[in-house]
Amino acid sequence: MSDGIVPAPQQKLRNLIRYGFINLGILPFLLVGSILFFGLQEERFLSSLNLFNVARHSTFLIIIAMGQMVVLLTAGLDLSVGAIVGFAGVVTGLVLQSILGANPEAFAMAVPVAVLCGVLAGMLVGSVNGFGVAILGVPPFMMTLGTMTSLVGISLSFTSGLPITGIPDRYMELLGYGRILGILPAIWITGILFVLVWLLLNQTTVGRYFYSVGSNIRASQLSGINTVKQLMLAYIFSGAMAGLTGVLFVARTGSAEALNGSNYSLQSVAACVIGGVSLFGGSGKVRDVLLGAIFITLLTNGMNLTRVESYVQQIVLGLVLILALVADQIRTKMLS
Amino acid sequence: MPPERGNELTTTTIQTEQKTNSAMPELILRVQGVSKRYGSVTALKDMQFELRPGEVHVLFGENGAGKSTLINVISGAIRPNEGTLHVAGKPVDFHSVHDARAHGIAAMFQEFSLAPHLSVEENVFLGSEPSAGIWLKRGERRRLVQEAMAQFGFELDSQKQVIHLTRAQAQMVEMTKALMVKPRILILDEPTASLSQRETEAMFELVYKLRAQGVGIIYITHRIKEIEEIGDRVTVMRDGMYIDTVDVATSSHDTLVELMTGRSFESFYPDIKHEPGDVRLKIHELASQSGGVQHCSLEVRAREIVGLAGLVGCGKSRIGRAVFGLEKVASGEITVNGEKITQATPRKMLAKGVAYVTSDRHKEGLMLARSTKENLTLTSLSQPNLSSKGWLKTRQEKTFAQSLGERMGVKPLALTKPVSAYSGGNQQKVLIGKSLAREANVIIFDEPTVGVDVGARVEVYQFLKELAEAGAAIVIISSDMPEVLNMSHRLYVVRDGMIVDSMDKADIDETRVLQGFFGTEDTQLQNNLEGARHE
Repeated sequence: MSDGIVPAPQQKLRNLIRYGFINLGILPFLLVGSILFFGLQEERFLSSLNLFNVARHSTFLIIIAMGQMVVLLTAGLDLSVGAIVGFAGVVTGLVLQSILGANPEAFAMAVPVAVLCGVLAGMLVGSVNGFGVAILGVPPFMMTLGTMTSLVGISLSFTSGLPITGIPDRYMELLGYGRILGILPAIWITGILFVLVWLLLNQTTVGRYFYSVGSNIRASQLSGINTVKQLMLAYIFSGAMAGLTGVLFVARTGSAEALNGSNYSLQSVAACVIGGVSLFGGSGKVRDVLLGAIFITLLTNGMNLTRVESYVQQIVLGLVLILALVADQIRTKMLS
Repeated sequence: MPPERGNELTTTTIQTEQKTNSAMPELILRVQGVSKRYGSVTALKDMQFELRPGEVHVLFGENGAGKSTLINVISGAIRPNEGTLHVAGKPVDFHSVHDARAHGIAAMFQEFSLAPHLSVEENVFLGSEPSAGIWLKRGERRRLVQEAMAQFGFELDSQKQVIHLTRAQAQMVEMTKALMVKPRILILDEPTASLSQRETEAMFELVYKLRAQGVGIIYITHRIKEIEEIGDRVTVMRDGMYIDTVDVATSSHDTLVELMTGRSFESFYPDIKHEPGDVRLKIHELASQSGGVQHCSLEVRAREIVGLAGLVGCGKSRIGRAVFGLEKVASGEITVNGEKITQATPRKMLAKGVAYVTSDRHKEGLMLARSTKENLTLTSLSQPNLSSKGWLKTRQEKTFAQSLGERMGVKPLALTKPVSAYSGGNQQKVLIGKSLAREANVIIFDEPTVGVDVGARVEVYQFLKELAEAGAAIVIISSDMPEVLNMSHRLYVVRDGMIVDSMDKADIDETRVLQGFFGTEDTQLQNNLEGARHE
C-alpha cells in the first residue's frame, strides 16, 4: 500500500480527535493521556484508595480556582488567594482559641463563628482588591500582588511568626477527616460549591455580567451594567472562596500558618488556564476549571507514585502549562 | 489659445495638459489612471493628479472621497490595481513606504507614528540611527537633530520624551522626521487640525520655506480658508474620482463648494412621514466639561428624525454622548420626556427611555468574543421579561434573541456563534438591536451606518423610518453627508462644539450645510448667536 492512502478507520479516528480537540480543547486529551500513562506505569494509581486521595487533594485547588476563574472572567487576576488561605486560617485559629479559651464548653458556638470569621476575612481582603481595581483603577496584577505581600506580613505578625496549634480535635473531625455518608466534608463542600458556581455563571444576571465586563467593559457600561459593582463582586467572591479554603485547610492540617496555601495563587491560575479560561477575560467554563484542577492534582499524584523527583515534577508542571497554552492558540486558529 | 478671462469655472485641466506635453520634466509627480478596489468597493477610480516642484497642491473632498487612498498610493503604503506613477518623469512602482522614501517622498499623517516613551531625537532617527557597528552615535544624532530643528525653526528640547509634548510639538517631531530624508515631495494630511492659531502660522511659515526650496507639497485640508492662504492649486475629489483641478487665485469659495458637492443623491433613502408630536428630548445651553460642547440648544419631538451634521471631530457626537451620560456636563439642562436630568449615566438614561447606538461598535458596542444571543440581550437582561430577582429566564432569553435577531434582519441568524464572525453590516444590526432591546422613545444614533455595506444600509434606514413613524424621537449624528441630509426632518449643523445653523427639511441645502461646516458665510448667524448669548 502506498503511503498516501490512509485506511478508513484511522481516518475516522483522526477526524474524531480533530473534532474533539476543536470543541473541547486539549484538556480531555491530557486527562485521558495521563490516566492511561500512570495507570500502566503503576497499578496503585487506579486503586480506589488513590483515586479517593486525588479527590481529597484536589478539593482545595478546585475551590480556589473557581474563585480565581470569576476574577479572570472579568479580565482580572487575583494573586492574593494563596495569602488569603493563610490569613483566613490564622483568623479562624485565633477565633477558635480565644472563644474556647474563655469557655471550653462553647464548641457549638465557636465553630460557626470561627468559620464565618475566616470567610469574612477573605471577603475583606477581596473587597480591598476590588476597591483598588474597580475604583482606584490599579492594574489587577499590581493590586493583588500588593495585598498578597502585605497579607503575609499581617498573618505573620498576628501569630508572631509561629504556627497556631492546638486546634480542637472535634473541629478537625467536623470539617477535616470526618465522614458524612462516607464522604469527606471537603468533597461535599466542593461539590455543592461547584453546583452553585455553575448556577451563578449560567443562570443569573450577575454571572452573565462577569463575562460581559471581561469581554468589553465599555460596552457593558453603555448597556447599563454597574461595572464597578461587578468587579468588586468578583474579587470579594474570590476572597470568600480562598477564605473558606483557609478554614478547611486548618481543619485538615490541625495548624494555622501564615504561609499555608501560598502555592495556590499560581496553581489556581494554571488550573483555570489549562481549563481554557482566557487571561484576557470574557470566556471560560467552570466545568473545565474543575477538570483543570483535577488534572494538576492527578499529575502531581501520579508523579509522586512513580517516584519522580520533586524538581522534575516542577519542570513537568511548567511544560504542561505551556503546552496547554500553545494548544489553545492552535485551537483558536483552527476555529477561525 | 489662452482661456477666456473672467470665467472662473473654466478648469485649468486643458492648460496643464498643454504644459505637461511641452514641459514634461517640470512635473515632479504624475499620477495617471490609478484605481484601487477593496473587494467590491472601489476606493479610487481612474484618478489623476500632478505636482510641480515648489507648489502647494491641495487635495479637497468630503470624508470618504478617496483622498487618503490616493496619498497612501503615492506614499507607497498601498499598491493600486491599475494606473501609473511617474516621479520626475520616470515611471515608478512602489512596493513599500520605504521604496517611496528612496524616491524622495515623505508623508506626515494625522495619526502619529511616534514612540511615546522615546525622546525627540530617538524618534527622529528611529530605524535609521547613526551608528558605528552596534554602537549608537548619540552625539552625532543630537547634533543632526538640533541642526535640523534650528533650520526649520522648531524650538524643542531634543531630549524630552514625546509623551510630554503637546500635540503641536509632537507634530514638529513628526515633521522633522519626515524632513530628515530631504524629500522632494512632502505629503501633509490635515497638518493644522489640532494646532492653535499661532502654531498654524508657524506651520505655514515652514511650508512656505519648503516651497521656496522647490519641494512639491501635497496638502490635505477641510478648511477653505486654509486653501486660500496656502494653496497654489486645488484638486477636488468626490466618490473616489477626480473632479477637477483649479488655480486657487482664480477660484472662489463657491466654486470649490460646488465642485465638492453636486453628487447624485442615492435613491435608497426612504420617505419618512413627519408628524411631530410632543417634545421628547430638549437640550438647553449645554456645555461639557471637556469644552467639546458649548452653548448647545436643541429639541427633538416624537415621530421626528433630527440630524446633527458636521465634520469629523467637530463635537457633534459629544452632544449625543452628553445626553447618554458618557460626557461630563458642565452646565446647561437636559430634559427627557419633560423630566430634567441631572448626573446622567447610561444606566439611568436607559431607565428613562433613552437609547444610544455607539459609533464604535468594536470598542464600546459589542462583546466580540461572546455569542450573538448574549450580545442581543445584554441591555435588557435586567428587565422582568428576561430575569426575575437576578435569575435568568434562559428560555425566554433565547426566544427574545431569536425574534430580535429576525426583526433586525441578521442573516444568517446564528445565536450561539460569536458575533465577531459576522460582517460589519450584521454586526451593526446586532448593535442596533441590542441598544433598542429595551423600551426607548428617545434614540440617539451615532454614525448609524459606519462600516456597513449598501444592502445593510438600506435595511438600517428602513428600520429608522419604522421607529420614527411608530413614535420615537430620533437623533442621527453623522459625518455621512447624504445620509444626514436625506434622513433628517430637521438638521442642526455643528462646528467647534457649537450649533452654528439649523434648518427644516424644506430648507436643507448641501451648500448651506457645507458653509456651516467650514464657517465661511455664516458670520452673520454667528454674530446673532453671540448677541443672543450676551443678552
